[in-house]
Amino acid sequence: MTMRTRSISRDVTHQVRDTIVMVKRNLLRIVRLPQLLFFSSVQPIIFLLLFTYVFGGAITRGTDIAYIDFLLPGVLVQTAVFGSTQTAIGLTEDLAAGVIDRFRSLPMARSAVLTGRTTADLIRNVVVTIIMLAVGSIIGFRIGGTALEALLGVAVALLFGFSLSWAMAALGLWVKNAETAQTASFVLIFPLVFASSIFVPTASMPSWLQGFAANQPVSVIASTVRALMGGLPVGSLVLQSALWIAAILAVFFPLGVRIYRRAVGS
Amino acid sequence: MTEPSIVADSIVRHFGEVKALDGVSLTVEAGTIYGLLGPNGAGKTTLIRVLTTLLKPDSGTGLVAGIDVVADPHGARESLGLAGQTAAVDEFLTGRENLEMVGNLYHLPSREAKSRADEVLERIHLTEAGSRPVSTYSGGMRRRLDLAASLVGRPQVLFLDEPTTGLDPRSRLEMWSLINELVDEGTTVMLTTQYLEEADRLADLIGVIDHGQLITEGTASDLKAKLGGDIIDVAVSVDDRDRTEPILSSISGTRAPWDESTFSFTIPAPQGAATLTEVVRKLDQAGVVPNDLALHRPSLDDVFLSLTGHATDGDTPETEQPAQSGRRRRGSK
Repeated sequence: MTMRTRSISRDVTHQVRDTIVMVKRNLLRIVRLPQLLFFSSVQPIIFLLLFTYVFGGAITRGTDIAYIDFLLPGVLVQTAVFGSTQTAIGLTEDLAAGVIDRFRSLPMARSAVLTGRTTADLIRNVVVTIIMLAVGSIIGFRIGGTALEALLGVAVALLFGFSLSWAMAALGLWVKNAETAQTASFVLIFPLVFASSIFVPTASMPSWLQGFAANQPVSVIASTVRALMGGLPVGSLVLQSALWIAAILAVFFPLGVRIYRRAVGS
Repeated sequence: MTEPSIVADSIVRHFGEVKALDGVSLTVEAGTIYGLLGPNGAGKTTLIRVLTTLLKPDSGTGLVAGIDVVADPHGARESLGLAGQTAAVDEFLTGRENLEMVGNLYHLPSREAKSRADEVLERIHLTEAGSRPVSTYSGGMRRRLDLAASLVGRPQVLFLDEPTTGLDPRSRLEMWSLINELVDEGTTVMLTTQYLEEADRLADLIGVIDHGQLITEGTASDLKAKLGGDIIDVAVSVDDRDRTEPILSSISGTRAPWDESTFSFTIPAPQGAATLTEVVRKLDQAGVVPNDLALHRPSLDDVFLSLTGHATDGDTPETEQPAQSGRRRRGSK
């Protein structure tokens, strides 16, 4: 009994240590490839600027908050969603390079390859989010509620991105090819991002689309983040978001690990 | 006698309908080099993947350092090191960072992981380049770093899958001497190669594998002896071909085979130089002037040809083996 407990606690320690090693490795990649971080920050900034100055005036809204305050929380969610595709691409590249075979021949925790990747992508997303908030505040974004609420809002966006990272990990390991992974992930992600409340209120969409657009997870998350950052009534939104994040993790965490095992042939 | 370092016992592995391994059994004694020789798709890589716990066999067992790779893969990984066909090192990390990472994944205390990385870098003569990102390394340096990564855990048994494929001659020689040094220190090595010269130079014991089966096993000289001593190659112009054939056939007692690619006949020379003299005399009497005439010990190429009925395809190395593409396409359980 004691032996068993000790060996389980050693396993957990190893798992945590291995994950930290893998996170460090993946973050070093981001640091050594500063262009990647640069462009993954520039892309959402361009969305932010385009929508604010090009479409912002034409988009009529059902709410009376400034468009930048409507848009920025949505773009944070969009960034998290797009960022999750990096998980798929990173894993397929490791598979192709044979690096994963090396990891698998080591006495390390198997799951650390996946947790290390998704955690590193989460950290990268934190950095991009901070840059977004800085740019947003320059062009007029202001939080409407307390700092704590705003922080919770940011956390919801980041955790949603983390859960999608697991879905994208499963997708990447399934298709096993970086280009296919990128194409496939955008096919799934574009409708979710654009048929959502990220850029425009769903009330402006045709009625057949509204049912989907208002209730799909990206809209729920975007509405939650917007309400928390804008100091608007939150209602059950936080709970709904938590359920979506939990559900995505509950499906794709085990699925990702399973596909990983199969992808590497054991 | 110490127990053998590697034991494969009737290992079978299918990929769909393809039988990549069809009951392979072999034993490798501690502190020796075992060379697995075979063409692309013969099953070499699949056998390495099974023995290094990357792939589960359909049936059969493997022991590495006495540990069952199927029943206790985690335990087996503590004792083995693997350097695969591609240099599995991280481009964006430095050489030292790569090795430290591997040390950490072996759960060495972080100070020890650092000192071990330095130790291994020195051993592969990369101390200078250790602080540069791997993206600046040459192909030979990457392979050496990959080998170094497999040494971090001080493995008793080292698996090298085509360690010199794609390397220039100098890098190949460096890799060979590195492998020999490791074995002198007591490491057991199993390596795969499609280069007969490499198996000949390095391996204490050579296993020839084809279509998933071990078709023969022995030392380089055992395998050569199977061909029955020296052979003579006689190259003649095509015009002289029909006149030469009966002469050589009468000397060897069987029909002398003609090789289209080299325009030459090959016959055994049981009496060595005496047989050669007879060939020269009879060709001279018939007025045939050969383009080339050579008496030599059979090469492993000759052995391979006579054992498998086909050549080694050594000039067209492919990184993708049919067995592997089968794995990718179908996946596995």
